[in-house]
Amino acid sequence: MKNKLSKLEKSRRSFIKKTSTIASGLLAVPLSIEVMANVYGNKKLKLSLIGCGGRGSGAAVQAITADENVELVAMADAFRDKIDNSLKGIQEHFDGVKKISVKEKNKFIGFNAYKKAIDMADVVILTTPPGFRPYHFEYAVNNNKHVFMEKPLATDPVGIRKVLEMAKIAKQKKLNVVVGLQRHYQKKYIDLHNKIVKGEIGKIRSGQVYWNDGGVWVKKRKPNQSELEYQMRNWYYFNWLCGDHILEQHIHNIDVANWFIGDYPISAQGMGGRQVRKGIDHGEIFDHHFVEFTYANGAVVSSQCRHQKGCMKRVDEVFQGTKGSIEIRKGIINDLDGNLKYKYSYSLENEPNPYQVEHDKLFASIRNGGVISDAENGAKSTLTAILGRMATYSGKKLTMEDALNSGLQLVPSEMTWNSTPPTLPDKNGKYKIPIPGKTKF
Amino acid sequence: MRSLKSISIAFLFSLNIYALQDYSQNIYGTQEKLNFIFIEGGTFLMGSPKSEKGHFGDEGPLHQVKVSPFWMSEIEITWNIYNLFVSREIDNSQVNYSKKNEINIEIDAVSSATTPYVEMSFGMGVENFPAICMTQYAAVKFCEWLSALTGKFYRLPTEAEWEYACRSGTNSLYSFGDNIEDLNQYGWSKSNSNESYHKVKQKKPNPRGLYDMHGNVSEWTLDQYIPTIYKMRKGLTVNPFEIPKKIYPKTVRGGSWMDNPSRLRSASRRPSSKKWKKRDPQIPKSLWWHTDAPFVGIRVIRPLNTPSIDQQKKYWNY
Repeated sequence: MKNKLSKLEKSRRSFIKKTSTIASGLLAVPLSIEVMANVYGNKKLKLSLIGCGGRGSGAAVQAITADENVELVAMADAFRDKIDNSLKGIQEHFDGVKKISVKEKNKFIGFNAYKKAIDMADVVILTTPPGFRPYHFEYAVNNNKHVFMEKPLATDPVGIRKVLEMAKIAKQKKLNVVVGLQRHYQKKYIDLHNKIVKGEIGKIRSGQVYWNDGGVWVKKRKPNQSELEYQMRNWYYFNWLCGDHILEQHIHNIDVANWFIGDYPISAQGMGGRQVRKGIDHGEIFDHHFVEFTYANGAVVSSQCRHQKGCMKRVDEVFQGTKGSIEIRKGIINDLDGNLKYKYSYSLENEPNPYQVEHDKLFASIRNGGVISDAENGAKSTLTAILGRMATYSGKKLTMEDALNSGLQLVPSEMTWNSTPPTLPDKNGKYKIPIPGKTKF
Repeated sequence: MRSLKSISIAFLFSLNIYALQDYSQNIYGTQEKLNFIFIEGGTFLMGSPKSEKGHFGDEGPLHQVKVSPFWMSEIEITWNIYNLFVSREIDNSQVNYSKKNEINIEIDAVSSATTPYVEMSFGMGVENFPAICMTQYAAVKFCEWLSALTGKFYRLPTEAEWEYACRSGTNSLYSFGDNIEDLNQYGWSKSNSNESYHKVKQKKPNPRGLYDMHGNVSEWTLDQYIPTIYKMRKGLTVNPFEIPKKIYPKTVRGGSWMDNPSRLRSASRRPSSKKWKKRDPQIPKSLWWHTDAPFVGIRVIRPLNTPSIDQQKKYWNY
């Protein structure tokens, strides 16, 4: 496989060289289909959307906006109504732009619908609840598709192993993979990260990262809904699907800590619980986590996330270095005496939309034969947040290795509408909640 | 006809007994209160002359407008109160049904705002800080919810009502005069806000006792934004209201912590825009939240003459 790839690679490179000097219509050397697969020029790019919620629909709009010659050809979701609403929303957004052509037979419904939709595409958008992401990413990469996928990339370490493995293969195949950790595509973060790289605050020794807010949407159980359908609709509150909010939401801030420090933590310990948000529709996740992540160089980052109404709100990242400190929301760098050294000049009007930039870069890279490989960092930051969750659920200090080798698998490999969900309510409709000191992880 | 007339006169009279008084509205089920200032009806010159420093084309020509009396909230609606609407946890404290209420509607029937995924105060503060980033639809629904909760009819002001209340009898650039140097005592603009909104009621009020009419956050009105509308008005216009026919643009007033002082003038008008949802990553974009408008908020009014039930509903569904 490796040899074959490298051969392909050589011919692809020579192809790129040639096409840069020879007009694409005058190719002298015939090329195999596989080689062509990665080289697009101005060819129409077919797009499939896997996971048709609000975010997936938004990503589809951004993809269609990003490239002149892209067409949405297939959609897949567990639910028919999600596909219909999504398509309607996308069509309404464009109001007549001819880049949407999803035939009735190319709307695929159910747990395995993703395969057929991915088969039809050059580029796929993977935006289902994160539990399924490893399987979808695996299939997309095995079938040579370019990928945009939302964070997080898995909900369990078994899924992470799969994503890491496929990330490598995607890189070898020169597939572009963009992950929706959009701070990496946000002007302000890029600017401030450059300052860190230049040593403006020295070496980062500590940090605090926050996602403290009131929580997100809740879908109530409806009569005649199967348990599986209920969990799929109200997926935020079930770990196999969502991974808890320390992962689903707070990953953004934890990922910034990894990015700015330039490494991933070696261990974590923390505390968390379910104190306020514990209603019948709130499944099994905690409403707060507080984790201490330790890095190999001794840096320590405190990560806090809270979904409780009426409390202090803060979504931010702050770091202290050997020469100064940085506060990202304010966009400021101070020296060790607290004097302002730098301020990012922010302008609401001129700030590019990072969600759009993600797709602009993805499609430009596909067109230019470049390779964006976000999946490895996406997987490692996902694992960092999972490690944090395992630490708060267990109440134990755990290493990254512990997490990766735990064998913890929340998402079944095969699912159909007849499958029993991995978690079930008791007779009062309540789910088993992790208990620190008792829960393994 | 005659009997109808006499009934309405009697009705008006009974209201007038306490009409001229300001009052404090309890937000039932909480400790929160919202003070309302009575704004006597009257006639004023709306807009600004070309000679005014900072004048924009949409502010002219100056024209005579007559406005009916109303009460206006003394402050911009704070997160303390707005979040009660978002969470809907105090709905069972709704005022009991009574014929004495201006309005009796089931609070359950009022649409609920979605919970935003991103933190909408952007770290600028919550307790006694003005609520921001709501769409005009959300602002209108907030008024409906507040009305259902309290039994009094609340709505957004029209542009004319807003400017009339802001001016409170003045014809100057600002309600405190023409000297831009004095603005620091009355409002938060780009030049003194330190890149953040501020707690309400920190600066001096306008002549009628309304706080933060100039700056802090811009305030939603009911009107469609039509830049040339003043040119179309002839003679005395009574209670003008440009009924919105499309979502954008609608008018916000008062300027904000992000604006230059000139944008905080009494006559300044600003159109809303689709761009205010630029970074909403979802499709359809939120009906309830503007991801890119951390400068827009709400101030509500209560007209002295409560409109008919049909009319009331219209004000909450434009």
